[in-house]
Amino acid sequence: MELTLWTYEGPPHVGAMRVASSMKDIHYVLHAPQGDTYADLLFTMIERRGQRPPVTYTTFQARDLGGDTAELVKRNITEAVERFKPKTLLVGESCTAELIQDQPGALAKGMGFDIPIVNLELPAYSKKENWGASETFYQIIRTLLKDKVNEIDKINPQRWKSLGRRPKVNILGPTLLGFRCRDDVIEIQRILSEQGIDTNVVAPLGSSPEDIERLIDADINVCLYHEIAEISCEWLKRNCGMEYTTTIPIGIKNTINFIHEVHEKLDLPLTNKGELENKSKLPWYSKSVDSNYLTGKRVFIFGDGTHAIAAAKIAKDELGFEVVGLGTYSREMARQVRAAAKDLNIEALITNSYLEVEDAMKKASPELVLGTQMERHSAKRLGIPCSVISTPMHVQDVPARYSPQMGWEGANVIFDDWVHPLMMGLEEHLIDMFKHDFEFVDGHQSHLGHTATNAPDNKETKQAQSNMNIQEKSILWTESGKAELTKVPFFVRGKVKSNTEKYALSKGLPEINDETLYDAKAFFG
Amino acid sequence: MSKVELNKETGPREVFCGLTSIVWLHRRMPDAFFLVVGSRTCAHLIQSAAGVMIFAEPRFGTAILEEKDLAGLADAHEELDRVVNDLISRRPEIKTLFLVGSCPSEVIKLDLATVSEKLNKRFLGQVRFVNYSGSGIETTFTQGEDGALKALVPLMESTDDEKLLLVGTLANNVEDRFKKIFNHIGITNVESFPPRQSTELPKIGKNTKVLLTQPYLSDTVRDLKHRGCEIIYAPFPLGVEGSSKWFLAGADAFKINELKVHEVIAPLANRARQALEKHTEILRGKKLFLLPESQLEISLARFLHNECGMELIEVGTPYLNKDLMDEELNLLPDDTKIVEGQHVEKQLDRVRATSPDLVVCGMGLANPLEAEGISTKWSIEMVFSPIHGIDQAADLAGLFSRPLKRNQILTSKTLATH
Ligand code: SF4
Ligand code: SF4
Repeated sequence: MELTLWTYEGPPHVGAMRVASSMKDIHYVLHAPQGDTYADLLFTMIERRGQRPPVTYTTFQARDLGGDTAELVKRNITEAVERFKPKTLLVGESCTAELIQDQPGALAKGMGFDIPIVNLELPAYSKKENWGASETFYQIIRTLLKDKVNEIDKINPQRWKSLGRRPKVNILGPTLLGFRCRDDVIEIQRILSEQGIDTNVVAPLGSSPEDIERLIDADINVCLYHEIAEISCEWLKRNCGMEYTTTIPIGIKNTINFIHEVHEKLDLPLTNKGELENKSKLPWYSKSVDSNYLTGKRVFIFGDGTHAIAAAKIAKDELGFEVVGLGTYSREMARQVRAAAKDLNIEALITNSYLEVEDAMKKASPELVLGTQMERHSAKRLGIPCSVISTPMHVQDVPARYSPQMGWEGANVIFDDWVHPLMMGLEEHLIDMFKHDFEFVDGHQSHLGHTATNAPDNKETKQAQSNMNIQEKSILWTESGKAELTKVPFFVRGKVKSNTEKYALSKGLPEINDETLYDAKAFFG
Repeated sequence: MSKVELNKETGPREVFCGLTSIVWLHRRMPDAFFLVVGSRTCAHLIQSAAGVMIFAEPRFGTAILEEKDLAGLADAHEELDRVVNDLISRRPEIKTLFLVGSCPSEVIKLDLATVSEKLNKRFLGQVRFVNYSGSGIETTFTQGEDGALKALVPLMESTDDEKLLLVGTLANNVEDRFKKIFNHIGITNVESFPPRQSTELPKIGKNTKVLLTQPYLSDTVRDLKHRGCEIIYAPFPLGVEGSSKWFLAGADAFKINELKVHEVIAPLANRARQALEKHTEILRGKKLFLLPESQLEISLARFLHNECGMELIEVGTPYLNKDLMDEELNLLPDDTKIVEGQHVEKQLDRVRATSPDLVVCGMGLANPLEAEGISTKWSIEMVFSPIHGIDQAADLAGLFSRPLKRNQILTSKTLATH
């Protein structure tokens, strides 16, 4: 048994729903009790979609359990096929249905429909959402392509030359409820087409079963989100020799590396190398004088594997931050995240528990948190600015404007999204100059800062601070010490406080006054 | 006897399960913690329903069953022990811990009653353990509250004192208001269940007169009756009419003269009717379709028809307790179509066929209906907003007039791009 207060991932059938809802002409019959229909609101509320997910729930009740739930499943399958006329039917079960072992997938297969039926076996008690999405996508591809791949020869990534057409790729992995997937696809397609590369199929997002059958018309696959598409890419490679890219084009460097990787795989010479450097504003913006203050900002990163790894690289190489924490809840990507952390000389945090993440965050005392919806909360409690870079997310992370994470425009978006919660450089100096002004409000935020941090009326922060005070009451701060501490800008105050306390303890000082604070400052440099 | 048309329907549903009640119960009783014993789905459900964003650290959580728990039940009991220990050492301020059963724990027949008993012995004097089921194979949405309250009834001490007990979770300000009005009417000993602190359960007995504030408490009512309480049957306190009749029924049980009640509530009712006007202007003559979710649908339909002039196309309810709803059904127009249960697809077909001006529904359906050009109102808002009582009548109407008003403001003309 695992105690959770909040969870990063839903059950695997929610992953399956993400794939089904991303596609056209597909219907998913889900053997589940009535309450599991809540999953619809993830799509209609968080993503603000105007369509219901294409899911029929069998809605079994306690009184059905003694009787024939299998009949109920069959009735619902028949009704769903008649009503929605899908071109492919997915059949699966949620956690409770798994326990009563009706095997709806097998039942459906025996009902004599003339459409492909994908039997989804998603073990709800050992697996989670991303795994469920990845497995569902893979099972759809396998079911729809099984016969075809046996007939075709190994796909040569350079065959476009002999076929006398432009190179074609598939973009695999984007789904609904992924982080800015729809915009990423647009951005990547644009970048590829600038290079003379066509998109054959984007899947699952926006694809139909017919599109899945056309996957093998492409020369290579672009694996855009490892969590969702890696298994499928592997299968396509194993069974028809299709190569796939592994670089995730988030950030300038990775976008350039991605373009190189695609070109190499396709054996397509890169003609406009020099131009690539100037495609995004990020490199100049982070070099501009106003970004001086970004130098060495301590940043804590947590999210799904793909976004966390990318964020660490951007933070370090493209913004000049110091990465003081890196972790993920995606156990499937633990290895890659560990490797990325090792490069940064830190230890990766692989966990499901947002409380552990909060603790790690507290210890690292960062100046900026890049995380999920949960980290937004923890950061708020701790009075640290935060930007959300990964699912799980809130409706506010699904903006109306074009807002990709990938490619050139993605890098621009990232610059804005990460930097705005911090205080803009010039203002930082101004605050220093004007902090004794009567209009100065402690905890002032940039007018650009849309993430409220320790606004005076923020109860949670006050609570967190008073908790902190209780825990640390062993060290006494004198009035002069406290007064000096309040003069320290709020975003480094936590760090200064704990450093000073550490210093005082090491020196065996009974109390901390203003002088101690300066001594500590000098000591730590 | 009312001549409303009662229908039953079965099929795929689109409703929350009883676990969802936790999201308002934990706010009502801040010293309580709700531990769901269930699956990752259950955890994800409450998280999604509550909104990941509202609570810093929620006073609810889930003990997620894993494969190894399913293998041997003895283990599951020990595991639960461990989880509870963790939780209590982390949250020493917890006074009552509800162990909440779910579909999976029901199906594997996890005996939460026995677990609670054991834990009660171990944590005697520190934490009280109570168990109930909010499973989706047995309960919908608000029925979870029924389960939680029913589980508390055996813990209520006995008394012969005469009192009025208001049963059902209310917003604090509404509760205070109700008590004050009853005091003016002449009933001074008024208590609430659930109380604001889980440890301050009211005492009950043969002189306790129970007035329900919510229609979904069938099981709790039955157990209160067994404890000797007298149940006062009345319409529910929604709108001026419902609330007035509700106050009158309460007063009648205490043999208070009707005139006295009128004297107290007439000014309130007049004021409320005036405030209602600006909403009824928008609502009058509009067609209303209520999909089943909260069991408040019948009372809402009665209010929106009788006081706001809306036309009722269909009133869905997940479950209908005829005894408790009799007074409400009598107030509905004769040909009202009530549908108990749900076949969501067929129901949506009827929605489309009758093109209502407003549909009351769950959150999963609202945006898709809006996209089809049909205005909606979420049922879940009714359990979070203070809607009860005469003073709130206009606010209640406002919840329904706002989407229609928006339609007037954002017309195809104002939204046109050329
Ligand atoms: S319907 Fe059952 S399994 Fe689903 S969330 Fe509710 S209690 Fe859990
Ligand atoms: S609080 Fe957030 S998740 Fe909940 S309904 Fe509102 S926007 Fe949706």
